[in-house]
Amino acid sequence: MTGANTFSVSGYGPERSSLSRLLARDSLARRLDWPILLSALALSFMGAILVYSATRNRTEINQGDQYYFLIRHLMNTGIGFCLMIGTVWLGHRTLRTAVPILYGLSVFLILMVLTPLGATVNGAHAWIVLGGGFSLQPSEFVKITIILGMAMLLAARVDAGDKAYPDHRTVLQALGLAAVPMMIVMLMPDLGSVMVMVIIVLGVLLASGASNRWVFGLLGTGALGAVLIWQLGVLDEYQINRFAAFANPELDPSGVGYNTNQARIAIGSGGLTGTGLFHGSQTTGQFVPEQQTDFVFTVAGEELGFVGAGLIILLLGVVLWRACRIARETTELYGTIVAAGIIAWFAFQSFENIGMTLGIMPVAGLPLPFVSYGGSSMFAVWVAVGLLQSIRVQRPMSA
Amino acid sequence: MTNIPETGRTPRVQIRLVVIQILVLSLLGTLGARLWYLQIREGDAYAKEASGNHVQQVVQPAVRGSILDARGVPIADNETRLVVSASRTELLKMRDDGDAVLTKLAGVLGMKPKDVKDKVRLCDAKTPQPCWNGSPYQPIPITDEATARQALQIRERSEDFPGITAEPEAVRRYAGPGGSNTAQVLGYLSPVTDEEITKAQDTDSPYLRSDQVGRSGLEREYDRELRGKAGVTRYEVDNLGRVIGTAEADPAQSGSNLVTSIDARVQRVAEYELNDAMKKARDEYDDNTSENYKADAGAVVVMESRTGRVVAMASNPTYDPNAWVGGISAKDYTKLTGKNSNYPLLNRAIQGQAAPGSIFKVISTSAAVNAGYDFDGRYDCSSSYSIGGQVFQNYESKGYGPINLGRAIEVSCDTVFYRLAHQEWAKDGGLKSNKNAKNWFYTTAHQYGLGAVTGIDLPNEVAGRVPDRKWKQDYWKANKASWCKYGKKGGSYAQQIAYENCLEGNLMRAGDSVNYSIGQGDILVTPIQMATIYSAISNGGTLYDPTVGKAIVSADGKSVQAIAPKAHGKLPISKATLKDIDGALEGVVTRGSAAWRFGGWPQDKIPMHAKTGTAEVYGKQTTSWFATYTKDYTIVMTISQGGTGSGASGPAVRKIYEALYGVSPDGTIDNRKALLPTPQKSLPKIESDGSIDAPKIKPYAPPKEATEETLALAGGGLPPATVASERTGANRARRRRGSSRSTGGPQSRRRAIS
Repeated sequence: MTGANTFSVSGYGPERSSLSRLLARDSLARRLDWPILLSALALSFMGAILVYSATRNRTEINQGDQYYFLIRHLMNTGIGFCLMIGTVWLGHRTLRTAVPILYGLSVFLILMVLTPLGATVNGAHAWIVLGGGFSLQPSEFVKITIILGMAMLLAARVDAGDKAYPDHRTVLQALGLAAVPMMIVMLMPDLGSVMVMVIIVLGVLLASGASNRWVFGLLGTGALGAVLIWQLGVLDEYQINRFAAFANPELDPSGVGYNTNQARIAIGSGGLTGTGLFHGSQTTGQFVPEQQTDFVFTVAGEELGFVGAGLIILLLGVVLWRACRIARETTELYGTIVAAGIIAWFAFQSFENIGMTLGIMPVAGLPLPFVSYGGSSMFAVWVAVGLLQSIRVQRPMSA
Repeated sequence: MTNIPETGRTPRVQIRLVVIQILVLSLLGTLGARLWYLQIREGDAYAKEASGNHVQQVVQPAVRGSILDARGVPIADNETRLVVSASRTELLKMRDDGDAVLTKLAGVLGMKPKDVKDKVRLCDAKTPQPCWNGSPYQPIPITDEATARQALQIRERSEDFPGITAEPEAVRRYAGPGGSNTAQVLGYLSPVTDEEITKAQDTDSPYLRSDQVGRSGLEREYDRELRGKAGVTRYEVDNLGRVIGTAEADPAQSGSNLVTSIDARVQRVAEYELNDAMKKARDEYDDNTSENYKADAGAVVVMESRTGRVVAMASNPTYDPNAWVGGISAKDYTKLTGKNSNYPLLNRAIQGQAAPGSIFKVISTSAAVNAGYDFDGRYDCSSSYSIGGQVFQNYESKGYGPINLGRAIEVSCDTVFYRLAHQEWAKDGGLKSNKNAKNWFYTTAHQYGLGAVTGIDLPNEVAGRVPDRKWKQDYWKANKASWCKYGKKGGSYAQQIAYENCLEGNLMRAGDSVNYSIGQGDILVTPIQMATIYSAISNGGTLYDPTVGKAIVSADGKSVQAIAPKAHGKLPISKATLKDIDGALEGVVTRGSAAWRFGGWPQDKIPMHAKTGTAEVYGKQTTSWFATYTKDYTIVMTISQGGTGSGASGPAVRKIYEALYGVSPDGTIDNRKALLPTPQKSLPKIESDGSIDAPKIKPYAPPKEATEETLALAGGGLPPATVASERTGANRARRRRGSSRSTGGPQSRRRAIS
């Protein structure tokens, strides 16, 4: 294990054998947050099985290979895992210096979506097709760069010891930084991602210790914005329909309300233990659309029942619970803000995704972290896990 | 590890982090709770919905079984027709609710647009026929008589006719072999209603949306057997309807065939002769009402005497049962059920009830014998009989002196029975019953099966009534209020009757009992009841449940389930009395009131027994009854407002016998001409492929009209004077009614004339 010194906190520790270094009390491996790591891995592998179950019969999308999506999901998980290790290896503090470049890159990518390079999937013009069957959803990465960028700005003076809380100017700058990519994503339009970003901004502001006025002001602006968006007709028809169907699921069972209705039937029919893996009639019969991505939770609901679907919620709960601990225990505000942003992101996206399949949230095209099929999302959430680990690892050991 | 930060973490941030944590956990808790609600609490409902989601049923309707006559001639079967149907759900999706499409369709079919639209609308309380009373989700047939050309036009331009289909379908056909009709016995079909589907859902014979259900007659009585079981193939399908699972198939089971005891040829004869008798009655002048007889309804039953099986059953007015096939038109429906229709749907053989008149006298005779009067005793057949100033006349006020009960039946002497009934009435306690009153005349009627259904295998048979003391009491209770309100002393005739009824309608008056003894008054019987009774007299005393169905044979002919004759009682008389009555009824033919109708009948070879009856109905012309039997068959005919028993029905009944036995008007018997000299015993053979080897039928050629002169010559004499006068009408009735007006109840409305 070369470069172990880099992982040492102090860098001045005595030379030790690789194994003893790995098992040592202050070793990186011992200091990693294992519950988060194992939960994320478990979610990813459950996702692989569920994605496989949902796609093995869908010959029209799996190119005749029933393992097509399974292999790709596992590949994505592997890449995501490597990205996590890379993030931990670099450390969030190192990344802190690279934030302006990363931010600029991500904004550039989302701008590319608006050019002819962009592609539309499910009504959202949010993709860049890379060729060879690969495509990128840059809005996933913007979520990270917004968190990092805002954290950098907000924490700078506080961590330097100048101020107890970020001042109004800093907050304004941070909001401006978030607003730019949000506007662009709004233009795509990818309303789901914008909603996630709003929540991220809210979480970040809360954790930064910014004045209550900003928090409530942002909430007010959000509400006002929602009304304006509705009134000005910025939304596409399909988005309005989704809300209408949410308000009244019986509206048109074979049209707009169809997705949510079928999703609920799938989950409801699972019962306590489910119909058994690969034995769900709703899944096998492909009654639920987008079942490997946005509606992957319905596969768990139908085939694994309350036990399996509950386990997913539980594992997400472990990740979020540990993330909250990390946010509270880290010494510097930068780490706290980054962790809080990630918590807001994961929590809202999970709640929205599962909530829409359960019929308590309107439909929005958001993937379920770790579980849904999709490279960009998978990479982004694993990078986020890496950031959480990094914050925990680089926190001085408590006595 | 500890939660206390080492650095200068401000409490504000710390508190906010805790808030975030609580918020996050409560969100997850919400998801968990909702998950529990959907999967555990509502799980079963969703599981049901899921299975409904992915299972598609393809229904193949079963072919309805045929109804065959005794020799296998189909009287109801199926034929393939081109049926044009409209899907209501498709039409309603259009902007104008399919108006344009239906108008265009009407053009192709050569129908009026309004007629087409009427057929597609749904029935409700305010919508008159035609309308659709089946399921709104099922294609509604518009016509089943589309030509191949029309069907092609519709199919080739399917984009012009969305929601319209033209498919060959098996539809019911009432073939009417040999010119027979059998409408009321067969009944008809109409689409199943939503309520029936719901009701039969959990039984072992659930309905399908496309089912036709028997609504009356045999089609209803044997609906389950005839209907068979529709084939259902269940496919597991995906969201696009592609089959993904293995199919489970319950193959369709064709309905069984019903072999009846009806003989289509005899049925045709019975229908023809009934109609002919009614036509002739309308040419007869009724002295009482000073107009021709109306003969507005009639019925005839031909029954096997020794089994109770119905060989023919006709009801008039009648209709073409094919009118119902493929949905009935507005015009036809009005014709069948409208106020001016005279209700041809009624099967008057089992649903028409009237006072029996003198054909009731066999029951009165039995009652008298049971009460202790010697059959061969001497009873005064005086010209009249008076009860406390009220005079009851014998028919034509003719006296025969002291005669026995047999002779009283032969000449249909009323006063003999008046006297006996009056004595019994007094013995029972008069107006108010004794404690141990025997009520012989009423008890015997019940024992004969009157006042109760015979149990024939046809729906909605009526029971008639025996106006005994209990009935009088009940009837008075039910009607007292309206009688008392309307009744007025010294008012009009009807008001006066109501007044009397109000005061003492619950009492059995002497007049009631006396009238009843000769089958007049409040007593009501059906032709099938009388046929059952006369069959019993013929067969030695067994009252059979009349049956039309003889056997249920599976579509492949392999399973034969015979319907055995079943008795519901024995006549309440001894063998000796039965023989006496049998002899008297033969006497009616040889020297009594029906002799003039049976001149030249080969009585030595085919002993004929008969009783005539003429019942008076208040405000209407007399009802004609004629009950007859041989050792093989019993025939009862009745014609409402048709005149006298032997007068109106005599020749018709004789002609039915002639056809059955092959008897010529001059009395010679030709067995080759005989349609059914003995009842059909064997069942027709149904091959395993469902085909039936049925004999061909020659249409009925009624015998050349025999004039009364030739009949009289053949019989070797003129009809007896009594009978001849009976023919000319009941001119005495009015007089008698007048004499009883002062004290009679409503019962005196109907008076005896024969």
